[in-house]
Amino acid sequence: MNEPQHNSEDTRVEQTMGRLLQAGVLLAALVTAVGGAFYLAERATQERPAYDKLPPNGVGLDHPAELNSPAGVLELAFRGRPGYGLGRGLIQLGVLLLIATPVARVAFSVYVFARQRDRLYVAVTLAVLVLLLISLFAGPWLPGG
Amino acid sequence: MNNVLVFTGLVWLGSFMAGLLGALTGLGGGVVIVPMLVLAFGADIKYAIGASLVSVIATSSGSAAAYVREGYSNIRIGMLLEIATTVGALAGAFLALVVWPNVIAVIFGAVLIISAYLSSRPRRDSRMADQPDPLAVRLKLDGSYPTAKGMESYHVRRVPAGFGLMFVAGVLSGLLGIGSGALKVLALDQAMRLPFKVSTTTSNFMIGVTAAASAGVYLARGYIDPGLAMPVLLGVLPGSLLGARILTHAPVRTLRIVFALVITALAIQMIYNGAMGKI
Repeated sequence: MNEPQHNSEDTRVEQTMGRLLQAGVLLAALVTAVGGAFYLAERATQERPAYDKLPPNGVGLDHPAELNSPAGVLELAFRGRPGYGLGRGLIQLGVLLLIATPVARVAFSVYVFARQRDRLYVAVTLAVLVLLLISLFAGPWLPGG
Repeated sequence: MNNVLVFTGLVWLGSFMAGLLGALTGLGGGVVIVPMLVLAFGADIKYAIGASLVSVIATSSGSAAAYVREGYSNIRIGMLLEIATTVGALAGAFLALVVWPNVIAVIFGAVLIISAYLSSRPRRDSRMADQPDPLAVRLKLDGSYPTAKGMESYHVRRVPAGFGLMFVAGVLSGLLGIGSGALKVLALDQAMRLPFKVSTTTSNFMIGVTAAASAGVYLARGYIDPGLAMPVLLGVLPGSLLGARILTHAPVRTLRIVFALVITALAIQMIYNGAMGKI
């Protein structure tokens, strides 16, 4: 109520963005926590993964290639796979939601600048959005291994 | 340390401390997470960077919400410079795919020392620009922010220099899994002459987007593993929230010096282990 206001539309937009970010982080943390509970229930007494060597694409016994793409993660988290459990897929879904949070913020900014008919900044925010999407979906074309 | 439960608990505890330390120093959790996972838990540095990026997005996005409410951050500057940081982050993440791990460790240590030095300097507003800069005006970057005397407006300078520094900040973020907050503030505060409060909040606003750009590449490459990401994320979040709360009550100066020493020790160990080929 008594928050300092500067009367530009920018401030209201910033506040909405702030709430969007907070909600995204909260949701991501919740999903990760639920996944973590499953994970511990499924694997608590197993030997810990060493993490000391990185196999090609990180793919190993407990890290199927599905964990490395948005589509694969959705499949693991909701459908699971025999003998693998739901925990690790759900955690990765939480991580994806977290990565998606700043992306959603940028997408929201595109809309806001479009409503203000600010063409320059529609272009700027669209450029950032495209870069983020490239990063999320460029997996199959990456170098190295 | 041999079963999943104990390992997860220890990583959680370490990440909680890292979040606390990161918030108190103003350096972010990433700078502690990576050395912790590498030095104490023996993880491959790329797994450590992957987990760290996740924590960086969480702390940045979580605290940005609080800052934007106060009306300090400049969205247009943030968005414009995010082009530079995301391109840089993608370049850095690609670089990480092909550079040797021990080289990454040495660079990490060096950047850590520089960041600790930059953020331990006393904070003061740099001289404000009194003349509008034509490019900044064309890009609609000038703004205003709340002060004790009411709203005060400011001019933005040297946009290309700021843009260039932001590219470097992005590369370091993608290569090392850190937020590069210290370098971002340097670009906004020293090069572009924004008021300090606007610099720090705008930088924080940008860190999440930068880290998200690199995190996509790391996820696709399999460097983000749920078994590490889960305790790191769930540890860093409450740790950094507690740290932010302590900051408003504690004698900050002493804390900063103590933690700057801790961070320098971590940095030296990263450089030593990297140079000796132990990473």
